[in-house]
Amino acid sequence: MENIISLRNIVVEFDGEQILKNIDLDIKDKEFVTLLGPSGCGKTTTLRIIGGFLTPNSGDVMLEGKRINDLPPHKRDVNTVFQRYALFPHLNVYENIAFGLRIKKLPEKEIQKRVGEMLELVNLRGFEKRTIHRLSGGQQQRVAIARALVNRPKILLLDEPLGALDLKLRKEMQIELRKIQQALELTFVYVTHDQEEALTMSDTVVVMNNGHVQQIGSPTDIYNEPVNAFVADFIGESNILNGSMPRDCLVEFCGKQFECVDKGFSPNETIDVVIRPEDIKVISAADAKLTGIVESVVFKGVHYEMIVDGVDHKWMIQSTKAEEVGSMIGMTFDPYDIHIMKKAKEED
Amino acid sequence: MKKLRVFAFPYLIWMVVFIVVPLLMVAYFAFTDSSGAFTLDNVADAGQYTNIFVRSIWLAVIATVVCLIIAYPLAFLLSRMKKHHQGTMLMIVMLPMWMNFLLRTRAWVTLLGNTGVINSILGVFGLDSVKMLNTEGAVVLGMVYNYLPYMILPLYSVMVKIDKSVLEAASDLGCNSVKTLFKVVVPLSLPGIMSGITMVFVPAISTFIISRMLGGGSNLLIGDLIEMQFLGNAYNPHLGAAISLVLMVIILLIMTIMNQFDPDDQVLM
Repeated sequence: MENIISLRNIVVEFDGEQILKNIDLDIKDKEFVTLLGPSGCGKTTTLRIIGGFLTPNSGDVMLEGKRINDLPPHKRDVNTVFQRYALFPHLNVYENIAFGLRIKKLPEKEIQKRVGEMLELVNLRGFEKRTIHRLSGGQQQRVAIARALVNRPKILLLDEPLGALDLKLRKEMQIELRKIQQALELTFVYVTHDQEEALTMSDTVVVMNNGHVQQIGSPTDIYNEPVNAFVADFIGESNILNGSMPRDCLVEFCGKQFECVDKGFSPNETIDVVIRPEDIKVISAADAKLTGIVESVVFKGVHYEMIVDGVDHKWMIQSTKAEEVGSMIGMTFDPYDIHIMKKAKEED
Repeated sequence: MKKLRVFAFPYLIWMVVFIVVPLLMVAYFAFTDSSGAFTLDNVADAGQYTNIFVRSIWLAVIATVVCLIIAYPLAFLLSRMKKHHQGTMLMIVMLPMWMNFLLRTRAWVTLLGNTGVINSILGVFGLDSVKMLNTEGAVVLGMVYNYLPYMILPLYSVMVKIDKSVLEAASDLGCNSVKTLFKVVVPLSLPGIMSGITMVFVPAISTFIISRMLGGGSNLLIGDLIEMQFLGNAYNPHLGAAISLVLMVIILLIMTIMNQFDPDDQVLM
């Protein structure tokens, strides 16, 4: 597959502060890419650069191999679904969706047909004459998507489009958006801080922090093979511990040694050890290398989440069986559930 | 809500005593002669000043249009500035209003007069002096200068509520800046345009100080006419009241026509 968008060494500064620090990113055609990260990580800034609302201080923005740094938004084959929808309050649903087509001066027949298709796609038939302020959040969201898609852009940019919706509606829209993307075979660039959303919808997830790209990969890769403690922590809950590796396939943390599957670290290098809470099995304290006292148990629906005080570290454990608060338990995990990562270099 | 109604009561009295009653009195004077008998003569007499009515409307319209042309881009730029710059700029806009109205207008006499500042400067360059004072142009200038803030403020207060992302959306959907202006900014700022026009047009059409100071004797406006009937040598409050009433009706008509352009369920962001 070809790259439709490439960002090369993008640097963005506001008031002397670097927001993006040398971003390199390729987005393939017809791909659903999610930029994921905590607020202030630069994900929205990256999206705005692709949309043309922001010109980077240095670096190149390439659309299908052509440098488009100085191309204004209205000349780009890219449309955006804005964070708070940014619908036109003086126009009704139909006119909002038709806006881009009217600017392009398409014949009225064509406009009618395409707006009709879009209303169908986003399930808003019969709402043509409604004014924007008489729509619910979810409906406004749909209008915003239709208004962007009706222009048949090569790339659709979505800036936390589901942030304002309630959980159930959000889940429905996630699936719907994914369906639309696959049906229309478009490239979607999606910005969110919700890791679950990113994992559910994307072909590729780009994890960002502090103006840097931390990791690019498929949702499974990102979840199972996080490259550093930040990614591991941001994608789902994690137990992160300091450790070292006396030799290959042997790791030491909490004063104990464990077998593992990682290799290639120098003997006395301090490393991050990451263990997912769902990978920890509870056994009787007598048989365990690691023990702790159950501090709290919270019911989370599918599982219980327990905090276990193990002196060196407070462990988070997810299990379908609740243990008694205050009881001493043992913990164990398989060698391949121990993820070993180089310490993130202190950058900037 | 019901409990709060009691707080509206003082204003109700105020409205009756200082708005409704005076209006009725104006109407009474307009339709009576000096002996108190009903007559339509006063209103008919007001008709002989048609040329002054026309001039007043004409100059007020020009002043309003000029205000709108100057204020619109200014208000837009103002509304897009950084918040703390907006405050400073607004203060500069308001600054002339802190000075006495008479003094402000008098200053233009010094500037525009035949031996005034501008003509003196022209003289230094060997140019002939230009007659600026006592012209209709000077009256319009005085109106624009005095009433410009009343145009800027309502425009600004509406424009500042237009979300930046709405403008970005227009650009995203293919609008260059001119199209964004006419397809999005103007429709969304329509309520501001309407109230700005009202706030400039109404005082401009009834002003008398500006026309007296800058227009000389030859550019009488309705305001001057009314003032003469009540305070001047031509003392005739009955005619004055009739002219006032006619002016009110004209303003009411113009405003009604204006409001036809205002969409009924205007939604501000």
